Amino acid sequence: MHNSKDFKIPIGPQHPALKEPEGFSVALKGEKILGVDIRLGYNHRGIEKAAEERTYIQDIYLIERVCGICSHSHSTCFIQAVEEIAGLVIPARARYIRTIIGELERIHSHLLWLGVAGHEIGFDTLLMYSWRDREVVMDILAAITGNRVNYGMNTFGGVRRDINPEQSREILKALDILEERTKYYIEIATEETTIIKRLSGVGVLSREDVLRLDAVGPTARASGVKRDVRVDDSYAAYGELTFDVITDEACDVYGRTVVRVKELMESYKIIRQALKNLPDGPIAIKAPRKVPAGEALSRYEAPRGEDVHYVQANGTEKPQRVKIRAPTLANVQAVKHMLRDRFLADMPIVIAAIDPCFSCTDRMIALKEQDCAKGKIISWPALHAYSLEWHKKQGIDFTELNKKLAARGQK
Amino acid sequence: MSQEEIIKEGLLKKFNYLEGSVNIVRPRRMSIEVGLDNFMPVFAYLVKDMRLSHLCTITGLDEQEKLGFIYHLTGESGVMVNLKTSVAKASPLIKTVTSYFPGAEIYERELEDLFGAKVSGLAQGNRYPLTDDWPVGQFPLRKDWKASPEAEKGADKNA
Repeated sequence: MHNSKDFKIPIGPQHPALKEPEGFSVALKGEKILGVDIRLGYNHRGIEKAAEERTYIQDIYLIERVCGICSHSHSTCFIQAVEEIAGLVIPARARYIRTIIGELERIHSHLLWLGVAGHEIGFDTLLMYSWRDREVVMDILAAITGNRVNYGMNTFGGVRRDINPEQSREILKALDILEERTKYYIEIATEETTIIKRLSGVGVLSREDVLRLDAVGPTARASGVKRDVRVDDSYAAYGELTFDVITDEACDVYGRTVVRVKELMESYKIIRQALKNLPDGPIAIKAPRKVPAGEALSRYEAPRGEDVHYVQANGTEKPQRVKIRAPTLANVQAVKHMLRDRFLADMPIVIAAIDPCFSCTDRMIALKEQDCAKGKIISWPALHAYSLEWHKKQGIDFTELNKKLAARGQK
Repeated sequence: MSQEEIIKEGLLKKFNYLEGSVNIVRPRRMSIEVGLDNFMPVFAYLVKDMRLSHLCTITGLDEQEKLGFIYHLTGESGVMVNLKTSVAKASPLIKTVTSYFPGAEIYERELEDLFGAKVSGLAQGNRYPLTDDWPVGQFPLRKDWKASPEAEKGADKNA
């Protein structure tokens, strides 16, 4: 709480610098932040209560919608707890598929974050580049699961869709493109002076503060704390795959950037191994509708850090209690600390650096045709062609330029 | 000896009243049940001596006459201890653990808002997650609470 004599400005709950509703009351002396008071809860939708009133099967789809980005994280975390109570041992192939989707989700989330971070520091070229590249992984997710987010892959006892050899080849092709791009981003993050100068020493959180404030995910790892549920409390197929837990000693926003871009490389490594060693066999086993009485706690390393779900079952087909603790709630405590004695202008990037979660929605597009009341579903290539045509009519035509660029590339 | 067994043995040696209430559920998962009077010493022992230095969250439970609280503690070894205590619903007073984990503040506020727990020693601050005009005495995660038209009307009245 602030001293009543401090000069305070409110930021949020609705503010252009924030991507989600959250309220900050910032006490200032000149441009310097004396203290921050955070008010959360504007997005509380009562999902835990709603989960108690629905069946386990309905809850998978409800809980998948806790987050618009880490949807697979939440559904897997919940499902692992229920499977533990029910004593279900899922087939190896399902464990691997859950891992692959989980890592594809991490890639899309980290690339999304990179764009947001670029935007927050006025480096919008980085936003354009990383979000363009993010489309590569979004297309893969859509091809495997049928959706860009909220994949609906999980079910009790396994997964609902298989990955066939052709899809497997497509994923590998996409990974090659992404890896090439990520190498470029690592180069930018570690060599580009603008990035290094703008992000170094901003939002400092020491190793001791991480441990004291219980920060998780890349926020913790960028302060040298090797905390990763995939290793500490291994689940799905992670115990059978080799990868490094990326840490950095910078303890600031710069460190968080480096950790995230380097983690992308680890995700590619994990997916390649999982596809190579994808076990044969069924993708799911039959699960009962009713879950015997019991309780379980499940942990999952979501892109933003440790996700925790606690489930208590009472023997019926509805859970007695579902408790969810998403990573941002653990990290938001650290934000207060990071902002103290910093400049107000650093606030957007410091907040963005814990990667607070905001919704990225479905991209099904319905276009209304003239003289036609009903909508029309348009395929992605057709939409692309339509877009080029539309821009040409406005006088924006890159055909010649693209030809030139392609010719230069061949040289 | 596994880390789970070390924790179990340490606890039983120090607190003989825990006999029969420390369980190793599976590798990396333990559950302990302790009365409210003995909660703080056991909690402190797990945090300080057993180095369970990460509090994942606190789960609230409505158990008819009682309110249950599970403190999910873990450390570098990956062993997760679910330390459970409970208190009569009529006087749901627990002590804050913010002196051990400053980050627990938000979890305790959640228990206050959603379950009607009273956390002594918690510093003044914003409530979480309900709105400032939420009607007094309405605790949504209690089992008997329903989003009734009366409750919604009550919310309007207070607005």
